[in-house]
Amino acid sequence: MENDVQKQLTSPSKATRENIRGKALTFIIASLIIVLTVAVIGFIAIKGITTFTKDGVNLWDFLTKSNWNPGSIKDGKPEVGAAPMILGSFLVTLLAAVIATPFSLAIGIYMSEYASKKTNKLLRPVLELFTGVPSVVYGFLGLVIIVPMMRTIFGGTGFGILPGAIVLFVMIFPTITSMVVDALTAVPVSYRQAALALGATQWQSIYKIVLRAATPGILTAVIFGMARAFGEALAVQMVIGNSVLMPTSLVSPTATLTSQLTSQIGNTIMGSIQNDALWSLALVLLIMSLFFNLLVKMIARKRKI
Amino acid sequence: MDAKKVDRIAKRVIQTMVLMIVVLLVLILGYILVTGLSQTKLDFIFKISKAAQAGGGIRDQLFNSLYLLVLALLISVPLSLGAGIYLAEYAPDNWFTRMLKTLIEILSSLPSIVVGLFAYLVLVIKFQIGFSIIAGAMALTFFNLPLLTSNIENAFRNLPDSQREAGLALGLSQWKMIKGILLPRIVPSIITAVILSSGRIFGEAAALIYTSGQSAPILNYANWNPFSPDSPLNIMRPAETLAVHIWKLNSEGLTPDADAISAAASAVLIIVVLLFNISAHYFGEKLEQKLTAKR
Repeated sequence: MENDVQKQLTSPSKATRENIRGKALTFIIASLIIVLTVAVIGFIAIKGITTFTKDGVNLWDFLTKSNWNPGSIKDGKPEVGAAPMILGSFLVTLLAAVIATPFSLAIGIYMSEYASKKTNKLLRPVLELFTGVPSVVYGFLGLVIIVPMMRTIFGGTGFGILPGAIVLFVMIFPTITSMVVDALTAVPVSYRQAALALGATQWQSIYKIVLRAATPGILTAVIFGMARAFGEALAVQMVIGNSVLMPTSLVSPTATLTSQLTSQIGNTIMGSIQNDALWSLALVLLIMSLFFNLLVKMIARKRKI
Repeated sequence: MDAKKVDRIAKRVIQTMVLMIVVLLVLILGYILVTGLSQTKLDFIFKISKAAQAGGGIRDQLFNSLYLLVLALLISVPLSLGAGIYLAEYAPDNWFTRMLKTLIEILSSLPSIVVGLFAYLVLVIKFQIGFSIIAGAMALTFFNLPLLTSNIENAFRNLPDSQREAGLALGLSQWKMIKGILLPRIVPSIITAVILSSGRIFGEAAALIYTSGQSAPILNYANWNPFSPDSPLNIMRPAETLAVHIWKLNSEGLTPDADAISAAASAVLIIVVLLFNISAHYFGEKLEQKLTAKR
């Protein structure tokens, strides 16, 4: 009897046990995310390096040679030169960012400095809507509008880097812009007031004060946009032409990492060199994504100091 | 040139660029909606798709998209709720939590094709599930989990500490306090986050082409047995979604009226995304009204 009371008083109550269970449950779920992320990185890395370990491809050849023909063997080595795709991915990404950044800055400045509250209330949801437009829709538009346009202007097939970059520009532009707007509105009003009080024109205050103060945020926005562009698969695949050739001009058919992956991985047999080579492309994609992530982190750390 | 002139020119240039963008956006939206809704009859929504002849519809693809969305949410909402609660309420400030946060960021920034390929490798090939709805739903979960988790975590963090203190002062355990006081208060923000992520899931295609597959077996909507291959409820059947259908029509080019169907399907996609956006805004505004007592 006495023991029972003691037991009841010293053992955890029902609510405590429930709390421990709840904490454990949510912890397990959170740990699942860790397992998942590590698994994604691990599996792709293991699959991606078999080309170099098992099939004996030289890493340097993979990165710099432009003969992509994983099935055939030349001089005792499979022809796995991924340079055209790596170059293609970088070119479309850079070009898209170069087109998108000025426009994003313009809209960002307009929304944070010039526009009335009413206009902003209209523009914000529009940007959000365009962020949400599925990428296949942009790809389809590129295919029926931009590719024929390129064909009439430059001749040839109309497929290539330039249409890819234009499609990506439209796609990443809303993302970059929303983040630029956030960066600009985060600059304290007192900065602007101080500049204006010193007799600066509005443009001087924007150009010399606001833009400089918001530079880390703007850079983060552009890198985010580039990361998205680099990893976008279907929209680019639809307009790039999908032939693994070194791009000779901005409107010659070529391929990107993502376009080659989407169009080929279903056509190869698991474990074959053709398949392994594609997983190596996926690994490059993964590494670049991690690199963009690191860049964003570094900028954020600099901002704190 | 004097500063005032530069100021005027800069403003003019910016206004012109804004105008160009607005015109571009209006043209894009107009093009999709006009060509999409004018070239086909509206009943294409209820017709089955045809691979090699004109006049196909999108009935099964539309159903597949919706069904995948529901399944993906069924898996990802409880998981991200749990992870969000842990991060916002339980997680101590240590290396483990920091690593967890970094990994969530990494997962959310991975290209969807990489996530899709991972799901293809593990689920479709290693576990031999084959191209199936459930593989697609898992791929979408991988892709949705990090963003939804951080949204839910932020929603919890935005609640004032006085709420927690009041709960604990009443003698509630932390779990009871979270479940009974915090959770009801963030339901509207969770709904908004879920609706917005639904829009992204609905339009996602890259993660699905090698998980839920690129073929849509004709479904028999009278067959409700989830184990039969032509039942709409079967989760082991391959299921081409609307977004994948648009991609496939345009990259294979077998269908004579591919342009018309793609335009119409794009219009449907955009309208659905628009509806998701509007309802998310509606809930967001309702929430603001409730919290700030604004009318």
